[in-house]
Amino acid sequence: MKILVTCKRVPNPEHKLKIGGGKLDLAAASWQLNTFDEYAVETALRLTEKGKGGERSGEVVAVSIGPKEVGQQLRGVLAMGADRAILVGGDDAALDALATARVLAAVVAKETPDLVVLGKQTVDGDSNQVGQILAGLLGWPQATFLASIKLAADGKNATVTREVDAGVEEKRVRLPAVVTVDLRIIGKKAVRNEALAGPDAEWEETQRYASLKGIMAAKKKEIKDVTLAELGVDAKPAMTVTSYEAPPVRKAGAKVASVDELVAKLHNEAKVI
Amino acid sequence: MPAAVVVFCESDEKGIRSASLPALTAGAELAKQVGGDVVAVVIGAGVSAAAPDAARYAARVLAYDGAALAGPLAETWAPQLADAVKRAGATALLGTATSTGKDLLPRAAALLGAGMASDITAVLAANRFKRPAYAGNAIEEVTIAGPVIVASVRQTAFPAATPGAGGAIETVAVAAVDALGAELVGLHATQSARPDLGEAKVVVSGGRGMREGANFKVLEELTDLLGGALGASRAACDAGMVPNDLQVGQTGKVVAPQLYIAVAISGAIQHLAGMKGSKVIVAINKDPEAPIFQVADYGLVDTWEKTIPPLVAAVKKLKAGG
Repeated sequence: MKILVTCKRVPNPEHKLKIGGGKLDLAAASWQLNTFDEYAVETALRLTEKGKGGERSGEVVAVSIGPKEVGQQLRGVLAMGADRAILVGGDDAALDALATARVLAAVVAKETPDLVVLGKQTVDGDSNQVGQILAGLLGWPQATFLASIKLAADGKNATVTREVDAGVEEKRVRLPAVVTVDLRIIGKKAVRNEALAGPDAEWEETQRYASLKGIMAAKKKEIKDVTLAELGVDAKPAMTVTSYEAPPVRKAGAKVASVDELVAKLHNEAKVI
Repeated sequence: MPAAVVVFCESDEKGIRSASLPALTAGAELAKQVGGDVVAVVIGAGVSAAAPDAARYAARVLAYDGAALAGPLAETWAPQLADAVKRAGATALLGTATSTGKDLLPRAAALLGAGMASDITAVLAANRFKRPAYAGNAIEEVTIAGPVIVASVRQTAFPAATPGAGGAIETVAVAAVDALGAELVGLHATQSARPDLGEAKVVVSGGRGMREGANFKVLEELTDLLGGALGASRAACDAGMVPNDLQVGQTGKVVAPQLYIAVAISGAIQHLAGMKGSKVIVAINKDPEAPIFQVADYGLVDTWEKTIPPLVAAVKKLKAGG
């Protein structure tokens, strides 16, 4: 089982954005791996783990697009346990989802994975598109917003549950396929490869953090630099951001002293109950 | 053929879903910009109720009907959307950013080779939109190049379309579609008599401070008393207190009710992204420094245990006219 997992760096979402003159200034941003991509890496790793003797089987390949600094985030993914990484050189900020998916489709063509795992969205662009576009470009089935995934023992298909507005949908897809993961995927028993792990297999209810041993091992693992020219992809975006503005500021209102005062204000002043 | 804007309308056996009405409004705005008509698209196995309902909002309806289209499967539905764009000679494809829309529209964009903007909140020109990013902390103005563009519409940013048109219905019988080895096994629907989170006039949400799922009972009582929908912060969903489909926030649902009551929610950026468009916000939290108070119209500093039961009693009394 070969699994390709996509990784994008994002500016720390807890830090205040610098917006002025129609521009977003990320020069001083501190970068980290997109949270949903951490979940994607965790999912990919679990799908190669807990064989009968506790052994691993399969390969997890992480791929990112960006400047050389992204090597730092990829090194972190290798320290979590991914086997090797590919860094496609490019201006990550200028790519839209379509261009990103075209680059990934070219990587898929070279790597021929059985499964591509992505986070359901990045928390900077908030687009929630890349996995679906990638599946469409490849002509592969897709399963988005996963809460769980079970790979069949014969490696031919995956049964998943998806978080949808109406509840939880169960879907089966033939491999190779593209899947995107939601937050429930890091549940104890949310991920299982039936070829390896038994029905009782469980993991810690979190994405893993790099151990010291993992960090040491990661230093010896490969991060392969690839250029867009080598992939033969036109990464010209169709959607471009022409300007940024800060959202309107909502003013804090008043504190009320009691439940009775709250009800009176909601009834008489705001007239909402 | 004049330019057209295709709007994907979700439907059930009764007609089109109200979640799709804001997309029809955005579609009409965009159609004005391109100087064309709105073409509504419904898809399913049996769309005899949906098609005439959609015709009340559009100049033309393309109704894709076939046994192979039962259930919203991206693999079989996205090709119909791409077909509709070509059939209508459309320059744009829109739909509401529901879970189905989010699953389907980007795949259709891929089939069309089109650029796509997610979650648009304003139509500025034929290919220019506003949309939030960075958990709503930046509003982007975006331009999409190309002969066809795709956008998903933020449900809370556009009013529901009002009926008035009497569009012609064209049924497209779909015999077979290659599902690419994908199949819908089943839907475990959340049973709820409450209104949809995206459309409720009142939303009551609980956060990590509720501590466990059983404690949401008291919030449900308040919710039902106000005729609202129940929500939750990501922290509460993460902790497994409530199902993830209740999640309000950047990575969950975006709501903009008349009244939003946040209980034991600290107000992380990612939560604020999903509710700060609400008309009136009430925050109840024992921590006076909680960031939620910075966006709340009315703040009450106390625990949920001490405030929600008396709040339920007070609202009951008010409803009883006294």
